[in-house]
Amino acid sequence: MARQIGDVILDLKNISLRFGGVKALTDISFDVREHEIRAIIGPNGAGKSSMLNVINGVYRPQEGEIIFRGEHRRNMDTHAAAEAGFARTFQNIALFKGMTVLDNLMAGRNLKMKSNFLQHALWWGPAKREELAHRRKVEEVIDFLDIEHIRKTPVGRLPYGLQKRVELARALAAEPQILLLDEPMAGMNVEEKQDMCRFILDVNDQLGTTIVLIEHDMGVVMDISDRVVVLDYGKKIGDGVPDDVKNNPEVIAAYLGTQH
Amino acid sequence: MQFFFEVLIGGLLSGIMYSLVALGFVLIFKASGVLNFAQGAMVYFAALSVVGCMEKGAPLWLALILAFAIMTLLGIATEKFVLRKMVNQTPIALFMATIGLSFFIEGLAPMLWGNEVRPLDIGIVDEPIPYILDSYNMVVSSFDLFAAGVAVALVAGLALFFQYTRVGRALRAVADDHQAALSIGIPLQHIWALVWAVAGFVALVAGMLWGSRNGVQYALTFTALKALPVLILGGFTSVPGAIVGGLIIGASEKLAEIYIPPVLAEVFGGNFGGIENWFPYVLALLFLLVRPEGLFGERHIDRV
Repeated sequence: MARQIGDVILDLKNISLRFGGVKALTDISFDVREHEIRAIIGPNGAGKSSMLNVINGVYRPQEGEIIFRGEHRRNMDTHAAAEAGFARTFQNIALFKGMTVLDNLMAGRNLKMKSNFLQHALWWGPAKREELAHRRKVEEVIDFLDIEHIRKTPVGRLPYGLQKRVELARALAAEPQILLLDEPMAGMNVEEKQDMCRFILDVNDQLGTTIVLIEHDMGVVMDISDRVVVLDYGKKIGDGVPDDVKNNPEVIAAYLGTQH
Repeated sequence: MQFFFEVLIGGLLSGIMYSLVALGFVLIFKASGVLNFAQGAMVYFAALSVVGCMEKGAPLWLALILAFAIMTLLGIATEKFVLRKMVNQTPIALFMATIGLSFFIEGLAPMLWGNEVRPLDIGIVDEPIPYILDSYNMVVSSFDLFAAGVAVALVAGLALFFQYTRVGRALRAVADDHQAALSIGIPLQHIWALVWAVAGFVALVAGMLWGSRNGVQYALTFTALKALPVLILGGFTSVPGAIVGGLIIGASEKLAEIYIPPVLAEVFGGNFGGIENWFPYVLALLFLLVRPEGLFGERHIDRV
């Protein structure tokens, strides 16, 4: 394989998150290495989405530390996370449904645009050059994910599978360092799943993007991820390469239940 | 027939004035999902600020800039002290907060600038245009025409701003999906402050036109009530809807005022004046029964 897994770029240490009396996450630590595909799995309500929300700053954990590229912080806000290079997709698609695919992707590059509002309003000099440069970049992403034909279609009119792909495209448009995918294949049929798998692998392989993903389809997870974290009831019960995790008795118990 | 057109044109032009107020509602409703009950109070406050600055000796252009600055500050303060505390509350709670806000502004404005009715002269006379009077024998006020021009320019400007600028795109993104907007790093707070400032600007324009026609007074806050049927007709989320809704309301209330009373008087006898005061609301009610999302609004379908 061309890609080389690098050093740890994201290190989560002893993260605990509570909502009132509900412990969503308890003392969870794991790391993510550069260029790897890292999966988070677990039964429903295990705290997987909460974990992603902690990473990109939607939730602020009560305890713990997030170390991204050597920088320590308790939490991020979503703006800072986006600026630092995190992009994500959501379990229930969060796209701008009234806007075209193209506009969605351009919005995804919002943070990268620097010219000010007045220049934009007048469509003048740097603003014009900038808009064109961003447009080029967006077209590359469109090309990469095979969505040329729906470029000008309002997202709300697209079928579910394509919306999922557009959401991935919008995340990619920001040229992220780490891509957080929350169930990218939920509700898809086999063919759509295969397509999505291929795209995720291509992104990882050709763009070198680090990927953290939540997925329920065990076949997919074991196939495409380099390492897997297993959560259950907000606690970490397993961590390692797919083969180790598969044979971990605690993981098997969590998924199949224990004998009493 | 000529009289009909005169009434129609007068109605359309006065409808534009309603549209201006409705526009402020639409902007805030689109971006933050809040029906801002304080829009009428903002119109009053903006107009009063202009008059107040002019009484302190500022020329009109400076007074306008100062009033715009005040409205912007008000927008930022509203975001910081009201909306930010209310994040994730239900729409009805936010609506209640804007009712509180409108009382606050209605009290603050006269406290700062005094509460007597004052004229506002923006240098446009409210008289029939001689050329149209001579050649078509119709009364069309130059002030109405000016107001229409301002409204068209404002809407065109807003449309370009929303469609073609980075900030505009961010605004549309926030209006569409808060969560997704956050994930791509659009700071919601800034956008909301900006939207309230833009709504303040629209209130300023509406306040100038309404104020110079009717005088700057507390009654300006009631313009908000006339905007409601406009919004129901045009749809709460559509800028073109606010314009078309305003035109329909304006034209229909004037036509109703002229043509319905004689018919009623013939049937029932007696006097049926003042129809224009309630006609828009009846129209809005009928519209709610037939097409609750309005002419241009987004149809909201919940999946069961």
